[in-house]
Order: sequence, then structure tokens, then C-alpha cells
Amino acid sequence: MTLLGAHRTARTPLDQAPVGAKLAGLALLGVAVVATRGAPASLALLGLAVAAAVVAALPPRATLRGLLPVLVTALLAGAYQAWARGSGPAVEVVADLLTLVLGAAVVTATTPADRLLDALAAAARPLRRLGVPPDLVALAVALVLRSVPEIARTVHEVRDAARARGVERDPRVWLTPAVLRVVGRARDLGEALAARGIVD
Amino acid sequence: MIELDGAVVTAYSPGEARRGAAERVVTLLGPVTATLTERRIAVVGANGSGKSTLARLLNGLTLPAAGAVRVDGLDTARDGAAVRRRVGFLFTDPDAQVVMPTGVEDVALSLRRLGVPARERDARAREALARVGLASRADLPVRALSGGQRQLLALAAVLATEPAVLVCDEPTTLLDLRWRRVVDTLLADLPQQVVQVTHDLDAAARADRVLVVDGGRVVHDGRPGPALDAYRSLMAVEPA
Repeated sequence: MTLLGAHRTARTPLDQAPVGAKLAGLALLGVAVVATRGAPASLALLGLAVAAAVVAALPPRATLRGLLPVLVTALLAGAYQAWARGSGPAVEVVADLLTLVLGAAVVTATTPADRLLDALAAAARPLRRLGVPPDLVALAVALVLRSVPEIARTVHEVRDAARARGVERDPRVWLTPAVLRVVGRARDLGEALAARGIVD
Repeated sequence: MIELDGAVVTAYSPGEARRGAAERVVTLLGPVTATLTERRIAVVGANGSGKSTLARLLNGLTLPAAGAVRVDGLDTARDGAAVRRRVGFLFTDPDAQVVMPTGVEDVALSLRRLGVPARERDARAREALARVGLASRADLPVRALSGGQRQLLALAAVLATEPAVLVCDEPTTLLDLRWRRVVDTLLADLPQQVVQVTHDLDAAARADRVLVVDGGRVVHDGRPGPALDAYRSLMAVEPA
């Protein structure tokens, strides 16, 4: 299974770039996705994310396979938008979702988790005054970023299981166990962090 | 030293919830009273007998509803963080334990808790991985490792924090014979006190002390020979 966004050892310019700059870029991309309107702008931002993935030398085939579950979700959302509001908003929704996931994947693939945590903890330091531990905020954000490939993998496995039973056409058959497994995985993750004393 | 002082673990039973609040609580384990000082302790019992619950009590992952559990005098309910610094926990399934995408990053996550400076973390994480034979796998995605290698990674992440006690909940159940031997050898050579929940009677026979858990109670506690005989007798009865 493809590990979309899993860090790999490489020496592209994006691997060498400061973590803070990459996170700021990702935040700006997110703001741009929300703030801009219209299919051309959304497609331009998607082009930007694709260009970043090319610069980061993400393996094309593996990345596409990793994006497949997101693409399926985006297409479902896009189909609804096409029916409700027309083709323009549909293209916008699909492009926006792919842009955000691909952008996050580029950041996580080009940044070791330890450096990501350090940068996020430094950024969250002002929250200490409000009684919020910066390390915990950093860990939460890093885990959310890392959960993208994990969720994609879970959906892929559950769909494989449904396919093996010949029932993959009914989304209820794979969607329900996929959601249950993701929730279960989140619970296990919390327990593992507690056992390791990481959230103390 | 680990002390269990009348420790009881309870849970809410959804099946009984409809009958009223007074009947909702069921006892999963206990009361258990024991002082664990031996270097190698095995806990055996049938599936669902309460042995994992007993293991989870020891690092405060589960807290007793009554009684107390203390590690070197620290109460797991009151001093949870200090207890977890002393007691490492190894799960059956490494996928439940390893949270970072590569081995070196996961061990480094453990080291953050100790306040190890960022510039030293990578080197120390690699040392910890080398100690379990994973030096050449440090940068590989965790998904690219075999089940046995992932369990070794989980072990390295726990041992990197240098706990005084290691609690293992069936650490070899998912492994083939070769990896089981590797993990068993590593655990046997550790300087730490090791409490191991296991279905592997050969591993239990090598312990200094064996606790047999059945129906939420410790029904036998002693040397491996008599304890494992008691366990075999229990297992000779058909499950209800």
C-alpha cells in the first residue's frame, strides 16, 4: 500500500527548506483554497500543489495510488455539487480537496516527524500562557497530518476485503467498517501515547 | 518493587445498563494482592481471564476502582506520570504502539518525553534501534518492516526511555517462531524487571514466578512448575 505523505530520505530543495517556511506555505495554501472562488483559481492552486509534489520528487505512481481514496471522496462530493450547483462548483470542490491533501503530503514527505514536532511546538509556545502545553499541540497537529496516509490505507484494506467478498459496489459495506476502524485506531493511538507517557 | 494492594478493576456493562445504575458495574479483575519483586514474572491465563487488565494496572494504563497499585512506592492513580517513567509497556500488536512513520522518528518521539535535546535525539534513537538489531532499518517506513521487526521497533522505543520495569502484554503472540525466539532472547537479556503476559508456556517456564489468572482472580501464584501444572489443569476443562 502506498504511504502517501510518509517521510522519505531525499535531498530535494523542499527537503532542505526550513520547516517553518513549509508549514507557513501550507497554511497560506489552506487560506488561499478557502478564500478564492471559482474553478480557474482552484485549478491554479491544484497546479501549484502538483508542482510542489514534482519539486519534492514524490513518486508519481505511489502518490496517485495514495490519493485514490481522497479522489473517490472528492468525486462523490463533486458529483453532489454538480447536481446541486453546477459544474463550476463541482470542479472547485474536487480541486480544493486534492490541493489540501497533496499539500499536506508534500510537507510531511519532506519533513522528518521530529523536526515537524519541534517547529510546531515552537509555534505553539504562546499557548503556554493559556495553560495549553505546546508539545501536546504539536503532537496533535503532527498526528493529524500523519493520519492522512493511515486513513487512506485503512479505506484501501477495507475495500479490498469487500472486493474479496464481491460486495465492493455497496459503499455501506466498506464505509461502516472503515469508519469504525479509523475510530478504533484513534483510540489505540491514544492508549499507546498514554502507555508511553507521551501525553503526561 | 510492584505492590498490588487489593486492586479491583471494574467496568460498566452495557447489557445490564437497562436494569438500573446499581447493577451496571461488573468486576473485571480482583481483588488482587501481591508484591512483585522477582526479575522475571509471567502471567498466564485463558483469553478474557483478566491477565491483560492486570498488566495494564502496572503502568497506570488502567486504574483500580478499589485498592491501590504502587511502583517503588508511587501510586499509579496519584503519580501516573512518574509511574510511567519507571514502567515501560509493550503491546501485543506493534501497530497499536508505533505512531510515527519511520523507526528512528518513533524512537525519537519517546526521547522527547525525557527532554533529550533535539541535536542528540537522532543519534540516541539510532543507538536504541541498533541495540535491537534494527540499525539498517532506522529510516524505512514502518509499513515496510516485518511484524517481527515492528515488534523490535516497539521494544526499542520503550527501552530508549530506560524504564526500571518492562510490562509486556503477549509480545510474541503475533510473531512466527523465528521472531518469537529473537524477542524472547532480547527480553531475557534485559537488566530490567520484566512482567510478561503470555500464552507461551516455554517462556513462562523460564520465569522466576508465575501468576495464573482465571475469571478475574489470581488463582495460583508461585514457582513455574506448580503454577503451570495448575494452569494446564484449568485449561483441561472445556470453556463454558
